[in-house]
This record gives sequence, C-alpha cells and structure tokens, in this order.
Amino acid sequence: MSDYSSDENDDYVLYKNRPEWSDITPLAQDDNEEPIVAIDYTENFKDCYDYFRAIVQKKEISERALELTQTAANLNPANYTVWQYRRDILKGLDKDLHEELEFVEKIILKQSKNYQVWHHRKVLVEWLKDPSKEKYLTEHVLSKDAKNYHAWQHRQWVIKTFKLYDGELDYVDLLLKDDIRNNSAWNQRYFVINNTTGFTEEVLRQEIEYTLSRIREITENESAWNYLRGLLLHDKAGLSNNTTVKAFVEELYESNNRSPFLLAIIVDMCLEQVGAGGGDSNYSAKRAVELCKDLMEKFDTVRANYWQHMLDSIGSESGEGTSGN
Amino acid sequence: MELRPYSEIVKNAFNTENYPTKTSSEQLNTEKLVLRKYFEASDSSKNNLQHPELLKDKHRQYLINSTYKLSSVYEVLDASQPWLCYWITHALSLLGIQLENTRKRAMARFLAKCQSPDGGFGGGPGQTPHLATTYAAVNALVILGTEEAYNVINRKKLLEFLWRLRQPDGSFEMHEGGEADVRGVYCALSIASLAGVMNDSALFENSAEWVVSCQTYEGGFSGCPGMEAHGGYTFCGLAALVILNKSHLVDEKALLRWLVFKQMKLEGGFQGRTNKLTDGCYSFWQGAAFPLIYSILHTAGHTPKTHLFSSSALQEYLLVCCQNSNGGLVDKPGKNRDLYHTCYTLSGLSVAQHFLDKICLLGHKGNQVMPTHPLYNIRPDHVRKALLYFSQFQFPRSPTDETERT
Repeated sequence: MSDYSSDENDDYVLYKNRPEWSDITPLAQDDNEEPIVAIDYTENFKDCYDYFRAIVQKKEISERALELTQTAANLNPANYTVWQYRRDILKGLDKDLHEELEFVEKIILKQSKNYQVWHHRKVLVEWLKDPSKEKYLTEHVLSKDAKNYHAWQHRQWVIKTFKLYDGELDYVDLLLKDDIRNNSAWNQRYFVINNTTGFTEEVLRQEIEYTLSRIREITENESAWNYLRGLLLHDKAGLSNNTTVKAFVEELYESNNRSPFLLAIIVDMCLEQVGAGGGDSNYSAKRAVELCKDLMEKFDTVRANYWQHMLDSIGSESGEGTSGN
Repeated sequence: MELRPYSEIVKNAFNTENYPTKTSSEQLNTEKLVLRKYFEASDSSKNNLQHPELLKDKHRQYLINSTYKLSSVYEVLDASQPWLCYWITHALSLLGIQLENTRKRAMARFLAKCQSPDGGFGGGPGQTPHLATTYAAVNALVILGTEEAYNVINRKKLLEFLWRLRQPDGSFEMHEGGEADVRGVYCALSIASLAGVMNDSALFENSAEWVVSCQTYEGGFSGCPGMEAHGGYTFCGLAALVILNKSHLVDEKALLRWLVFKQMKLEGGFQGRTNKLTDGCYSFWQGAAFPLIYSILHTAGHTPKTHLFSSSALQEYLLVCCQNSNGGLVDKPGKNRDLYHTCYTLSGLSVAQHFLDKICLLGHKGNQVMPTHPLYNIRPDHVRKALLYFSQFQFPRSPTDETERT
C-alpha cells in the first residue's frame, strides 16, 4: 500500500484507479446546487474524500480503510472526522499502536499547530499507558518553536498524568537560558512548582531571588514581572510587604529605572497598602497618583486610559482625593 | 481622534536592553514591517491630511466573491465550512451589508446539510458534529436572520448533542471523543443561550468553577488549568462566565492589567500572549474582553468613562497595517489575507469604535462599522431578533424530560 504514498506525487494513483477499490462507489460531497463557500478541491483531495465518505457510510473497518484515512489525514490534518474514524479502525483491527505513534509523530512535526494531531497522540498514549516518548517529542517541537501552545499543553498533560515532574525545572532553566523572554517557559516553571513542592516559604524565597536577578538583567521583561506577581500571590503578607521585593523595587527606582512594569507594581503596592489602612507610609495614595501620572504622560502613554482609570479609582477608594495633586 | 505622529510611534520601539534573544529579534522584525507602513501613511498625510481609509468596497467585493468560490488553498478548512459562512456573513454585516435573499436561502440550506441528524453541525455536509462548527453555524444562521435560517436549527437534537459533550467536571469536549478546553464551554454556552435552550441549569453545573480554574497567575485565561494565559481562551473564559452570570468569580483587576499590557505600544494592535507578536485577530479576542469587563466594573459602581485601551492606536494598526489593498485584512504586514483575519480584524475595529453608546472614530465617517455584541460577536440587533424568535417556543428541560412533551 505504501506504493501509493501521497508524499511521492509522481507515483500517486487516484483511488478511482486502484483496482482494490473498484467495488466502492465514490460519494461526492452533498453540495448545494447553488454554490456556497465552495472550495475548489484539487483532484487528489476530492478523489480521496469521495472514497472516505463512501466507506464511512458503509462503516467499513478494514486495512484499506485505514490506509485511506492516512491519505485523508495527510491531505487535511484538521479533519477530526477522519481521525475519529481512524481511531475506530485502529481499535477494530487491534493495530500496533506504536506504529501509529510514529505515523502521527511525522504529521505533528509538519503540522504542529493543529488540535487534532495532538489529540490523536494523547489518545494513543492513554491507550498504551506509555508516556516514554512524549517528553522527547515535545522537546523536538519546542526546539523549533519554543512557544508552541499545543506542544506545551501535551507536555503538561503527560507530566501531570504520569507524574513525570523530575528534571522539568532543569528543562525550564535551559529554555530560559536560551530566551529569558519565553513566557511559556516561565509559565511552565510556575506549573511545575505549583504541582510539586508548592510555594512554601523556602521555595518562595528562592524563586523571588531568582526572578529578581532575571529582572535585574532586563527590566522590561514582562514575563519575569508577571512571574514575580504570581509568586507574591502566595506570600501571605501580600504584594507590598515582602522586604526583599520592596528593597529591590526601591533600588531599581532610585537608579532612575522607569520600566512601566516597575512603576505598575509600585502602583499596586501602594493601592494594597492604602486599602489595608496605610501601614507603610512609603506606599501612599499620593505616590500612586504621581506614578499613574508619570505612566500616562511619559512612560506608558499607550495605556494612558488605563492609568487614568487607576487614578480615578484611587480618588474614590482612598478618600484622599486626587484634586490636591 | 488623532493619528499618532510618526516621530512619536518610533519612540515606542522595543527596548532590548543589550540583551537580544529570539523573542526580541522577532519583535524588532515585526516593528520594522509596521514602521514601514506607518511611515508611508505619515508621508502621504504631510501633504494631504487625510486619515487612513477603511476600504469598504474592496472588502465587500472580497467577501461576496468568497461566498461563491474559494481556491484550493482553503482545502485545509474543509472541516470548517460553517466557519467560512460565519466569518463572511459577520464581516459583511459589520460593513452594513446583507446577502441577497437567494444567497441567504442558499446558505441556510447549505448549513442545514452540515447539521447532523443526531444534533449539532459538522465541518461540512456529512461530517461529525463539532462544537466549534456548531457555534459558527448557529451564529451564521442568526446573522442570516430569516425564519428559514432560524428553523434550520434542530433545537431538541442540539440540546441532546450538548449533553453528550458535557464532562463531569463541567468542561465540554469539542466533539465526541475529542479534546476538551475553554473553547468548549464557551461554544456550548453561546449556542445554548442564543438558540434558547439554556433553561436546563444542570447542563452547566460546575462549568463556572472549571472555567475560573483556567485564570492564570498572569491574569488572563488559559485553554485548560495550568497552561499559559492566551487571548483566545481569555475571551472564551470571560464570555462564558458572563453568560453564566458568574463574572464575580473573576479576579478582574489582574485580568484587566494583563489585558491592557497585551496592547503593543509601537504597533497599537494586541498580542495574544506575553512576549509574543501582534496579530490583527486579537483586536477582537483581547478587545472584546474590555466591554465585558466594563459590565463587571459597572456592576461594582466603577463604570469607566472611556475605553480602557487605546482605541485610536488599535484603529490605526487595523487601518494602516492590516488592510490588503485588494480587499480583505491580515494578521500583520507581509501576511496573506484570509477570511478568519478579515472577520476578526473588522470585529476588533467595531469594538474599538464603539464605547457603550458612544462612537470613537479614527478617520472620516465612512470608516465607521456597525457595533458587535461582545458575547457572541454578532450584531446586537441580530442577537435580539433571534432571542425573541426562539423565545416563542416551549422547550424541554433536558433529554430525559422529553416524554413529558410527547
């Protein structure tokens, strides 16, 4: 059957010309007489899908049907009906699923931004209860596109389902060394810690240390700032009471850094302190107002409306009003 | 509204801080492409102060032609044919254009062929029903807005279909045996509420809690718990919670902060995730989250006075950087036009131009497009008309109650 491999266009034989399919009457798509979004299908596509519709109607479970779904999936990997039918055949014929892993891997490497291929892979891994190849596969895909959402989702599923957290933080470190702006890698860092040690006091201390060092290197890396805020969600004292973080932001501000992410976090620290009754006078409504104005007018003008909105909310919540400024 | 001067736009270039990485180099490449467009626009406006123009006629022609025939490039969307119908009809309706009656009839009949006898719509005639294509088909039929179109939907079977996809944790599979993510819950809720089959609360038991578990430490929503915040899933998650009347479960401050930072300071468009590139389609996915947040803020007594993102910078990006001169719109300069991006860029333009009942227009009056409903991405008048139509009919509570109704 591989004689007809659809990769080799020269040798490709249409299904209507294959003797082993002569008993099947192809079934054309049930189109309107008046065309609506009528795709101008190539001959290979129409031929293959006409036979696909015919065997689906017959509910045929056979080797030739399996081969046909391979062609159909290659022509359009997003056709979920084809994949679902292929799974029925794999089960019905009790096929070697390891071979199937290899088949879908090839398509994944070509079409890695596609829901159906990754879902097929997931079902196979579930059936086999064998996650041994998944980390390698996702690393292969991520080596070409380190932010591929499908690959990350598959990797998280495998890690969580089969408890494969070991070594994952090293992998994250590797990716962050390669591109410290890779937000998917930061997210994975959070995922691993959240599902293993949790954000204990000790872990929190280490992670804050790590993140502040990364921010020191580049101060306009939103990924690192967001991760820092994520960490502080686990600090019982809140956003504005961590002495390490406070010392860090003040030092950075004193050094004349005006990264919008720096100013933004100070605004939120002020709002938290003001909301809690203003324990720390360094984080006042007045300071928040000034920062919002700086952001609006100088350092983050595209978000001026947002900073104005924050400014208005300070006036209404703190009771101090903004009129005096 | 004013165009930003070119000299101001340039100042917003990405700051690599002497630390180039793949992310920063891709960002700088995109900025180069975008700046070229802004430069051309500013150069011509030196002599002629005309603002960028929405090429309505070109887009109309492109969309109308697409209702007939599509090139073989669209084979990859063979399992998304109702989407093609929705993208086209919605984009046209934002431009204030309806299909002719014969074309409306033809489209309704075509969508009927995509409907499964067991309920729901598939990617094409005879294909397995799928939640996303059902969402697209229902939206397209609602936009067509004829009685014939409404009556295509087999609501009793539709409800059975939704029940088959519901998972015990409140999430929904996209099709039987398919993947489950936030799209599923949103599509199911959108379909059920539009077609008036929502009166069965058990269908969405635990769904709100499941969706909320997808809000990440960054503030946006991910496709499933643990994943990275993403514009498309954020829209789905937030819209789902609003339809469920459970938006109080959202951390709206974190969400709003994440959202506003997804607007790119140089390009003016939105990125889908932190440290990713601008794409015109996120004008809607991120943009439409704003009116939904305004409704949350309004409930809390903090109704905003203006859009909380830069409406003018977004319109600038869409008009200057995303239009193909032959009609159709694109992701970013240098990309090919397609129906998906044409639909969602125009939808984003609509969100940017309409704030509550005020108009915020960049350029002349002719650039104005119709408003869109931020929950369904259909015009509000189409939503109202459909809700009214379906409310006339009694509906069984759940498949198990059918016997009561004979």
